Amino acid sequence: MTSPAKPAPLAASPIRTPSVDGLLVLGVVAFAAALVRAAFFTPPDATQGLAQKIFYVHAPSAFVALYCACGLVLVCSALWLWLKDERLDRVAEASTEVGLAFMTVVLITGPLWGRPIWGAFWTWDARLTLSLFLWFVLLGYQILRGAVEEPEQRARYSAVLGVLAGLLVPFIHLSVYLFRTLHPMPIVLKPSSPSLSSEMLVSFLFSMSAMLLLFAGLVRARYRLAMDQAELEHLEGRG
Amino acid sequence: MPPDLLAAALLVARKDLAIEFRTRSAFFSAVVFSLLAVSIFYFAWDPTAIPSADLAPGVLWVTFAFSGLLGLHRSFGVEGADGAMDALLAAPIPREAIFLGKAGANTAFVLAVQAVAMPAVVLLYNVGGGVAWLPIAAIAVLAAIGLVAVGTLFSSVVANTRLAELLLPLLALPFFVPIVTSAAQATAQLLGGRPLADAASWLKLLAAYDLVFVAACTWIYPHSLDA
Repeated sequence: MTSPAKPAPLAASPIRTPSVDGLLVLGVVAFAAALVRAAFFTPPDATQGLAQKIFYVHAPSAFVALYCACGLVLVCSALWLWLKDERLDRVAEASTEVGLAFMTVVLITGPLWGRPIWGAFWTWDARLTLSLFLWFVLLGYQILRGAVEEPEQRARYSAVLGVLAGLLVPFIHLSVYLFRTLHPMPIVLKPSSPSLSSEMLVSFLFSMSAMLLLFAGLVRARYRLAMDQAELEHLEGRG
Repeated sequence: MPPDLLAAALLVARKDLAIEFRTRSAFFSAVVFSLLAVSIFYFAWDPTAIPSADLAPGVLWVTFAFSGLLGLHRSFGVEGADGAMDALLAAPIPREAIFLGKAGANTAFVLAVQAVAMPAVVLLYNVGGGVAWLPIAAIAVLAAIGLVAVGTLFSSVVANTRLAELLLPLLALPFFVPIVTSAAQATAQLLGGRPLADAASWLKLLAAYDLVFVAACTWIYPHSLDA
């Protein structure tokens, strides 16, 4: 995140050779390892059987999408309105896109677990509904960005939407919370000690760390792509 | 609120309402759309399976959200011609006043459409008599304020994008979810003959939504414009 805001002059700009993105590789390897550990080296749940294993992907993805991605978008949007720094806009852009991918994973893995356990792919439960609408808001954010050509205007509109979306979340949550909820209550993050066997807890924390690494790697890679795109536009005389 | 802000906002609202009153284009399309939507919804359900009065709140508020979009899109759309928006921005008034004026005119518009749609739902869906109409009118006002605050801001944003009117529902509808949910649930409680206290939590949610989004949108609107 320390890259310069303005593209460097042409003469000083080195030709970037494709190099290995260490953080991203680490994230992918850690994620693969977490999947292997969850699938083969963690005991199945006594009541839910193998279906419970999806929890090692589902819950960390939800955490990353909801708190890391959406949180980052909100913070960067609010800061952009204040500082008007284009790097903040690029972080928000990168975070939205990666968050959308993680939220899609949540919305796919959730129904896969729900079908055998609840007997239905989908219920209009508080958390499911919140996730679905956040997914729509993130998608709307992406489409809005695509519909504005001028970079400063695009950043401005995106920041406005980012801040309003942050305000919307508690309201959607409250309005759907007033309906009865089916979703399992928190198992790890709750006031009393986690009600998981230690092997499951280790697998879960491993998955969570892997997801966080993957998120950081993807956001950084996406941020760099945005930098390169801006530089390209600048060199082509469009920026 | 400083008096000049309020006076300027009223002026902007009066201008918008005068344009709408002279052309009446958006109002009639929104009213006809509402009536069509109310009628189409009726045939989308099996009336022998679900009593039509049970469908009424949902139909009423979903129609409300969609017909609201029709009016909202026009709000900044009319300023596109002849550089009217530039003239409005060059006027020596606070930019918050432009937003509040536009939002005020839109609230009047949405409530006027609702004043036609509501009796239509009552007639067509056989909603029984003896219902407390005053609280339902209050729900309409609360819902209209929240819907218009968010919708007016997004109308301003999308007016300058390539997709324009296609983008407005996409951005605004997720924001209408708490409004439509609360309004429909509260209306259902009241139509079911339950006391006002049963609908209180939904009404509180609506009021909180209005407070937060009217304040946030008024504050953020000048930031959404070119410096």
